[in-house]
Amino acid sequence: MPDSSRIDVRKTYKLFIGGAFPRSESGRTYVAEDAKGRFVANAALASRKDARDAVGAARKAFAGWSARTPYNRGQVVYRIAEMLEGRRAQFVDEVSQSEGATARKADSLVAASIDRLVWYAGWADKVAQVVGSSNPVAGPYFDFSLPEPTGVVAVVAPPDSSLLGLVSVVAPAIVTGNTVVVLAAEGRPLPAITLTEVLATSDLPGGVVNVLTGRVAEVTPWLASHMDVNAIDLAGIDDAELARDLEVAAADNLKRVLRPRAETWTRTPDLSRMLWALETKTVWHPIGV
Amino acid sequence: MGVSGETYTDGVTSVLPTTAGVDEATRSESSLRRFLHGLPGVDQVGAEARAASLATRSIKTTAKSWAIDLAISMIDLTTLEGQDTPGKVRALCAKAKAPDPADPTCPQVAAICVYPDMVPIAKQALGSSGIRVASVATAFPSGRAALDIKLADTADAVAAGADEIDMVIDRGAFLSGRYQAVFDEIVAIKEAAARPEGADKGSAHLKVILETGELVTYDNVRRASWLAMLAGADFIKTSTGKIQPAATLPVTLVMLEAVRDFRDTTGRQVGVKPAGGIRTSKDAIRNLVLVNETAGDDWLDPDWFRIGASSLLNDLLMQRTKISTGRYSGPDYFTLD
Repeated sequence: MPDSSRIDVRKTYKLFIGGAFPRSESGRTYVAEDAKGRFVANAALASRKDARDAVGAARKAFAGWSARTPYNRGQVVYRIAEMLEGRRAQFVDEVSQSEGATARKADSLVAASIDRLVWYAGWADKVAQVVGSSNPVAGPYFDFSLPEPTGVVAVVAPPDSSLLGLVSVVAPAIVTGNTVVVLAAEGRPLPAITLTEVLATSDLPGGVVNVLTGRVAEVTPWLASHMDVNAIDLAGIDDAELARDLEVAAADNLKRVLRPRAETWTRTPDLSRMLWALETKTVWHPIGV
Repeated sequence: MGVSGETYTDGVTSVLPTTAGVDEATRSESSLRRFLHGLPGVDQVGAEARAASLATRSIKTTAKSWAIDLAISMIDLTTLEGQDTPGKVRALCAKAKAPDPADPTCPQVAAICVYPDMVPIAKQALGSSGIRVASVATAFPSGRAALDIKLADTADAVAAGADEIDMVIDRGAFLSGRYQAVFDEIVAIKEAAARPEGADKGSAHLKVILETGELVTYDNVRRASWLAMLAGADFIKTSTGKIQPAATLPVTLVMLEAVRDFRDTTGRQVGVKPAGGIRTSKDAIRNLVLVNETAGDDWLDPDWFRIGASSLLNDLLMQRTKISTGRYSGPDYFTLD
């Protein structure tokens, strides 16, 4: 039972861009509510310029992150899982508060999120073995194909599953060497915001994951049309018309687009979320005689 | 030294040297020192506060488009590296002529700034485009060489076809108070920058680099500005780009005040060129605001204000593309240089 003489510490959270926690450039905030519509906290209301800054930070981080060994990226993602485990109780509270889930249900969602990170961490140095190949060719060449990260990936996080859904779309993108700009679930931003505190204290370099909180309809068109974004995951778009418009905008620079689809986040995923943001590079290497 | 007070539209009262004071200044070494040390001191806190407050001006929509195009047309596109090659200089010249190949309405830059040995290549690549070739000279960037070597360096660049000479002052002499030596050197370089008989356009434009990062105080920046202008500089330039800090806003503010006061006193207009550290469109637009509010719109012209930069151009082009297409652009769509 909280001490009634104590005043609530009301929080105003910020964005997570380039490893730092800036306020929205616009200075705006909005109220995040719990499942019953009560005040939880103030979250930053990101503008198009915050989206631009986040893409810039992601682009800057891409060269270093994609050049790391897959093994090292796996270790870093595993480290995120460790840090999440350490703050498990806080996440259980926030997931239960945002999604209106029972403590037991929330606990299983947080556990699944941690397991999901560990699962993807394990794939970091294996994905190239599975989808890469050495190709038989009709000539004196050693010919092989390797998956490479596509670049900056914009992600619209699922609105229903505020933590597990978020982890399930972000982890597969970064583990293969992409950098990410993610727009957190509009109505339930709190677990995403707390996750940024986890990311900031893991070994993840600044800018690899950038988290915006704000309105889907306001921010996503700017991400979809941004010429420096290489792929966009529309997982969190539940409005078919908006999804179509975003896909049209994304076509300008031939972004890879992952259309929204029905997902059960609790189910063990397949490889598709890792593979869609990879490009295959084939090298012909002359063999000496 | 005689002074007269005058109040400007920005509310700053400036104490100007008189015409008689200026004439007297160049008569002897001691009168030059007396003149320079008699210049009013710069209020450091005031200058920084004024530059910071002007930097908060918000320039949007059509004014922003205009400012971006003006900034592009004021750029001295620069490459001053030991690893420069003829190929790199030619590529830079191509970019100077058509900064955005996808958009013919994009203005040309003002000039290409290179080392003297690259002048003939730049001259040939630019042809009749009207873009000037500026060459650094006088043992750039340190300025530590004997006078005859500096003169030969300058004459060499002019003979190769340079339209503008960017010289560095001897900071060692300036900081130890040998103002006359600095003055005489600038005068000598100005003479060396004269074209041979019969050539067009008279002498090459002389830009004097003060290297404000080594001058330490704003008072020194003001003195060096006046010294260079008295000696006949056509432009005063902040920095070589090789020393940090380079072109900060307060330094540019002090120099703009100096050229404004110099024109009020002598009637001769001198240009200003901040160089080094201006990398974003926002920085460039802040500089233009500073020009307009300090020296006035007579200086808002590529003939009187230049920006020495290399990476700035891409940022301006990205902003330009954002305005014309309505979506954010990326560095992938512009040349690496």
